[in-house]
Amino acid sequence: MLTEFGKAFIFILMAIIFVIGIVYFAKLIRPARPTHEKLKTYECGENPEGSPWIKFNIRFYVVALIFLIFDVEVVLLIPWALVYKDFGLTGFLIGGIFLVLLGLGMAYEWRKGDLQWEKPKVLPPSFNKTKGAPKVEKELVEV
Amino acid sequence: MGFLDKEFTDGNIVVAKAEDLLNWARLSSLWQVSFGLACCAIEMMATSASHYDFDRFGVIPRPSPRQADIIIISGTVTLKMATRIKRLYEQMPDPKYIISMGSCSNCGGPYWEHGYHVLKGVDRVIPVDVYVPGCPPRPEALLEGLLKLQEKIRNESMIKKTA
Repeated sequence: MLTEFGKAFIFILMAIIFVIGIVYFAKLIRPARPTHEKLKTYECGENPEGSPWIKFNIRFYVVALIFLIFDVEVVLLIPWALVYKDFGLTGFLIGGIFLVLLGLGMAYEWRKGDLQWEKPKVLPPSFNKTKGAPKVEKELVEV
Repeated sequence: MGFLDKEFTDGNIVVAKAEDLLNWARLSSLWQVSFGLACCAIEMMATSASHYDFDRFGVIPRPSPRQADIIIISGTVTLKMATRIKRLYEQMPDPKYIISMGSCSNCGGPYWEHGYHVLKGVDRVIPVDVYVPGCPPRPEALLEGLLKLQEKIRNESMIKKTA
């Protein structure tokens, strides 16, 4: 006799087999006419230039990390909010402890200034009237 | 090599029915590259909007040529753009179709004589299936062009290959 998990497992198995079957079937019948142009990276018709493996600013990493924290928070809190009445004070306290932990983390981020998007200081170009040609000063920090 | 790349020598009933099914499937979901060049693109957008509703013919704008079946050249094709159009067309998967919309992309339009920067008809770089005349064509005209294209696809044959 199948358990409930067994039924779920059959569903998962069917999904996997279905996807593999469809992809294979499509490969059997579809026209495959690769050309040099077709296999090129799509850049809106422009020539692809350089490597996509460029360095990203470290600030994006911090933002992504903070986002992840709140993401996990939402994922865990929504089911908790639906059922916490059934668990009485214990359930409420567990959720509260979780929230306090995340709140501490956020306070730490805030204190460290990670929520601040540090803008580079850009000096406006200064014009020297005596020498004629406008002179643009070099930016101090790269943008 | 895919089954659809084969050329069939005899037209028996199975081939004929499969052909009907394929053609019907193709003509009912012509996804277009969302690609506009000039004022004709405004009319193309109006065609996509709710009044004329391109979607009822299965035309959905796609952000990448990899997912598209047709490209509507809507507007003036400058010489600079021509190479890009050529590449976009090359990057679309087969089978692919082209609607040339408006006088400019049909033949150069008002830039025919003195437009030093305009390609005199997009059919000089890519093969056009349907020409829609007008400057710019009304949405009804574009719909008519699409219907013509659907008619063309409906009559395609697996025995005598066109695309």
